[in-house]
Amino acid sequence: MSTKTILSSAILAGALATALVSLAQADEMKGASAAEKEKCYGIALKGQNDCAAGPGTTCQGTSTIDYQGNAWKLVDKGTCVTMELPEGRKGSLEALTRDLPA
Amino acid sequence: MRRDTHPLTDDHSFAGAFAAGLLAPDMAVPDVILAASAARYAVYRNNITVSLIEALAATFPATKRIVGDDFFRAMARTHIRACPPRSPLLFHYGSAFAAFIDTYPPASGMPWLADVARIERAWLYAYHAAEAGTLSAQDFARVDPARLGDIVLTPHPAARVLSSAYPAVSIFSANRKDEPVGRIAAREGEDALITRPGADVIVRLLPPGGAIFLRTLMDGEDLATAAGAALASQNSFDLALNLAGLIETGAFSTLAFGSPSDDARQHDDA
Repeated sequence: MSTKTILSSAILAGALATALVSLAQADEMKGASAAEKEKCYGIALKGQNDCAAGPGTTCQGTSTIDYQGNAWKLVDKGTCVTMELPEGRKGSLEALTRDLPA
Repeated sequence: MRRDTHPLTDDHSFAGAFAAGLLAPDMAVPDVILAASAARYAVYRNNITVSLIEALAATFPATKRIVGDDFFRAMARTHIRACPPRSPLLFHYGSAFAAFIDTYPPASGMPWLADVARIERAWLYAYHAAEAGTLSAQDFARVDPARLGDIVLTPHPAARVLSSAYPAVSIFSANRKDEPVGRIAAREGEDALITRPGADVIVRLLPPGGAIFLRTLMDGEDLATAAGAALASQNSFDLALNLAGLIETGAFSTLAFGSPSDDARQHDDA
């Protein structure tokens, strides 16, 4: 018996129906959450921070030390505080007092 | 110094002599050049190696980030001398780099590094691959359910499947961003689908059995055969999940019905 006989048309059709439903649901969710980002303080490498006024303004890329506490970067929503950084640092949704330029 | 003949007068032998020492810094500067300027030849020799290192660095940014700039440049330089470009098209360069990394003794402590480089090379391949349409959910919904097992799919020109014995996809993904890399928890081998359904290349971690499912389809076998092969190799193979992934990633371009001569499964359909 070939491996093909294991899978009947009914099984294939059922799997496809499930797949199509999950794709339609994923499309709906995408509309709601695709653009969601959050400001994350204390994670940007020096010179790679974003800025409150948006890209192209002068404070973008102006942080002078790695993981500078008062510089932020936009990251996918929900990922900021779970990021692991060297020497036990964590990202934060509020400005931090660690790693400030002298 | 002879000034009566110009080295370019005999073009063929000049080019041959010129090229011979470009990737061999220990070789003496060719006689035809000594007549002109040894220093200028040294500039040319240096520029070739530096430009090829830069090309590899641009193609393999995650690999470079993992090992650091100094290690990467030393590894790239060794590779360039062992394996010069075969095509004048610079974006083709680096197709042998992953295999080289596998044999490069200083990288032996990072056995997953070559697989990360393989994903990066496939990324660039997908980036330059021909444009093609992708199959939509509607295309599949229109197929007569009784004949679903017979469909054969043509892969998108950008689509590639890579398998790694290491968590190469997780390592690749973490290192292609400019954000800090957290701890990578994955320990198991991982399979990747690399393709480019629209303007952007996507690298997708495949679920269990996904690699054999896609490879079997890419080999031109029908859907029932591919699903059967995946199920035989992996008990936890989830056909619905893999079909959804196949459609969502646009890994295939066209759909047709396979040869009707194989009627083995028709008995099951009743």
